[in-house]
Amino acid sequence: MKVGLFIPCYVDQFYPGAAIACLQLLEKLGVDVVYPKNQTCCGQPMANSGFEHLTGGCNDLFIKNFSEFDYVVGPSGSCVLHLKEHLHNNDNPEIATTLSNKLYEFTSFLTDVLKVKSLPARFPHKVGVHQSCHGQRGLHLSQMTELVAPEFSKPGSLLNMVKDIELVHLNRKDECCGFGGTFCVAEEAVSSKMGKDRVEDHLHNGAEYITGVDMSCLMHMEGILHRQGSKVKVLHIAEILNGE
Amino acid sequence: MSEIQNTTNHADLAEVFNNDEARVDWHDETLWWIRSKRDVAVNKISNWEVLRETASQIKHNVLSNLNNYLQQFEGNAIANGIIVHWAADATEHNQIVLSILRKHSIGQMVKSKSMLTEECHLNDFLEVNGINVIDSDLGERIVQLAKEMPSHIVLPCIHKKKEEIGELFHQHLGTPAGNADPQFLTETARQHLRDTFLTRRAALTGVNFAIAETGEFVVCTNEGNADMGAHLADVHIASMGIEKIIPERKHLGVFLRLLTRSATGQPITTYSSHFKRPNKGKEMHIIIVDNGRSIQLGREDFRNSLKCIRCGACMNTCPVYRRSGGHSYHNAISGPIGSILAPNLDMEKYADLPFASTLCGSCTNVCPVKIDIHQQLYKWRQVIVKNGYVPAAKTASMKIMDWTLSSPTAYHTAGKAGRLVLKYAPFMVNNKLNPWYKHRDMPEPPKESFGEWYKKNRK
Repeated sequence: MKVGLFIPCYVDQFYPGAAIACLQLLEKLGVDVVYPKNQTCCGQPMANSGFEHLTGGCNDLFIKNFSEFDYVVGPSGSCVLHLKEHLHNNDNPEIATTLSNKLYEFTSFLTDVLKVKSLPARFPHKVGVHQSCHGQRGLHLSQMTELVAPEFSKPGSLLNMVKDIELVHLNRKDECCGFGGTFCVAEEAVSSKMGKDRVEDHLHNGAEYITGVDMSCLMHMEGILHRQGSKVKVLHIAEILNGE
Repeated sequence: MSEIQNTTNHADLAEVFNNDEARVDWHDETLWWIRSKRDVAVNKISNWEVLRETASQIKHNVLSNLNNYLQQFEGNAIANGIIVHWAADATEHNQIVLSILRKHSIGQMVKSKSMLTEECHLNDFLEVNGINVIDSDLGERIVQLAKEMPSHIVLPCIHKKKEEIGELFHQHLGTPAGNADPQFLTETARQHLRDTFLTRRAALTGVNFAIAETGEFVVCTNEGNADMGAHLADVHIASMGIEKIIPERKHLGVFLRLLTRSATGQPITTYSSHFKRPNKGKEMHIIIVDNGRSIQLGREDFRNSLKCIRCGACMNTCPVYRRSGGHSYHNAISGPIGSILAPNLDMEKYADLPFASTLCGSCTNVCPVKIDIHQQLYKWRQVIVKNGYVPAAKTASMKIMDWTLSSPTAYHTAGKAGRLVLKYAPFMVNNKLNPWYKHRDMPEPPKESFGEWYKKNRK
C-alpha cells in the first residue's frame, strides 16, 4: 500500500510539527508513505469565498501530485472535505472521482483502513477535544449532537487508546470555533467571540491541552489563548497519538 | 415595520451587536437553552430521523407538483365558501388586503403572526393608507411597539430583555415604571389585546399548512391569538406563500410533530387550528402569494429552501446568529434560512448574507425538513461572485491567491516570505489593520516548513 501524504498549505507553513507527527505515526504503523513536494493548497479558501471557479489550478496540481497513490491521507477534515466535495477535472471527470474516493482524513484512515486497535502512545494530561465541524458534520468522523443517532467518534476511539490521557467534558460538545476560513477576518467580531467562547468551555472544564483533527480551528483557538496569556496549548491529534 | 439598517451589511451590524459582550452572552445562552430544549424533545422520538426524511419527501413531492396542488387547493377552498386571491408579488398582496378592507369600510385590523406579511411590509403599507394594524402575537406586539422588525421568526422579540419590555409597556400601555414582572406584563398585554379582539372587524392570519385535499388551512399558535382574532372578526384574511401546501390531511401529523419540537422543544403547538369555511354571514379570504418563490423553485440548487416550515431551529442552533442577533441580517427572515432565501429576492442587497456563516452545518442537521442549508450558503456564494456582487479588492486578492497556489514555486517563495515577515517583522501583521490581530495573535512562525524539513530528513 502506497500512501501519499497531503499536507495542507498552512500546516506546511505554520505547523510542521503536526505534519511530522502524521508522517512518523504512519511510518510506525508500517505504511509506505511519501510526501509529494510540489503540493500547495486544496483551493478551499478561494472556493468558500465564492471563487470556486478559480480553483482549477489547485485541482489540476492536486490530481497531478496524488493520482498515483493507493490512498491519500491528510491531517485536516476541512481540506479533505473540500476536495471530496469539489475536486473535479473537466477533461477527465473520472480521474477526480477516483482520487477523491481514496482520499482520507488522517484519523479515519487509521480507524477505517488501517483498523488500528492499539497505539504505543502515552499522554498524561487533561485534554479537551474540539470537534471540527467539517470533519464531524461533513466527513462524519463523530456523531453530531443535533441528530437522534447512536454515539461514535473516530478521533475519540483513537484518543482512548492513549495511556493516562484524561478527556475533559465540554458544556457544548460540538459548537463551531468560528474560524471559518476567510470568515475569521470578514466577520471578525463574531468569529473572535465564537473562538473566545469555545476556548472558555475548554478552560472552564480544566483542559491543559486542546486537540482536534483540524489545525485551522486549533490555530484560531491558539491565537485567542496566546492573547489571553493562557498556558493551555493546542496540539494536532497526530501529535498526541504519536507521543512517546 | 420599516426597513431598518439596509444601508449596511451583516459584519458591520454584528460588530455593533458585539460591542456589548454581556448582551451577546445573554443572547447566546437564551437561544442555546432553546436549542437544548429541542434536543431533549427530539430525543424522545426514536424515529426522529425517519420523521424528518418523511417530511422532506412530502415537501419534495409538493414542490415537484406545486401547480396541480395549488389548483386542487383553490378548487376545494372555493367549494368550501372561501374567497381565493392570487398575488404575484408583495405589492399585489398588499393591494388585495387593502381592497378587502376598503370594501367593508374597515379602518382597523388585528393580525396574528405572519412572516409573509413582514416580507411584504404590509403594516407599513396599510399605515400609509390609513389602516391601523395591531399585531396580536405577544412578541410581535412588543416589536411593533418598539418600531422594530422581528429578530427571529418564532421568537420575534428574543433580543429584548424583560426590563426593556417593561419600559416599552410603561410608555405605551401605562404600566408602572420599573415593573418587569413577566406575568404582570403578559396580563397587561392580554387586557390590551382583548379590547382589540372585541373591536376589530377584520383579522389577518398567516397559514402554516394548506391542505390541497380538503381546501382547509391550519394556523399554529401558542397564544390562541389567531383564533381569537379570526373568530370574532367579520372578515378573516389568511395570507400564504405558494409553498405552504401539503397534499393530504394525513400528512399534517408528520409536520405538527416536527414543527414545535424543532422550534421550542414543545411536543405540539398549543393551538393547531383548522379553518375550512366561513361562519354564517362572515367572509373568509385566502391570498396565495408568489413573491419570488416560483423563481426560487426554478433555481435547482436552491429549490429545497421552499420546504421550510418556519420553525426557527436553524437560528437557535446557529453560532453566528446567536452572537450577531437577528437584526444583523437586515431582512424579515434572519438566520441561516433567511440567508438562503433573501438573495433570491434581491441578490445585491443581500449579497453579504451567505457569507455570514462558518459553514459549520449545524443548521442542516436540525432542519426538520432536511434543507441542505449550509450547502446552499456555499452555492449562493458562488452565484453572488459570478454576478459581480463582491468588492473588487476581494476579487483581486483571490486572483493573486489562485496564481500563488497554482504554482509550487510561487507558493514556496510566498510561504517563506510570509514566515520571514512573521518572524522578523511581526508588527507588519500584528497590527490593527489586520482583523485577525484585534482579538487573536498570529501563529509563531516555525524555522522551517514541513516541506523543508522533509527534504532534509527523508530520502
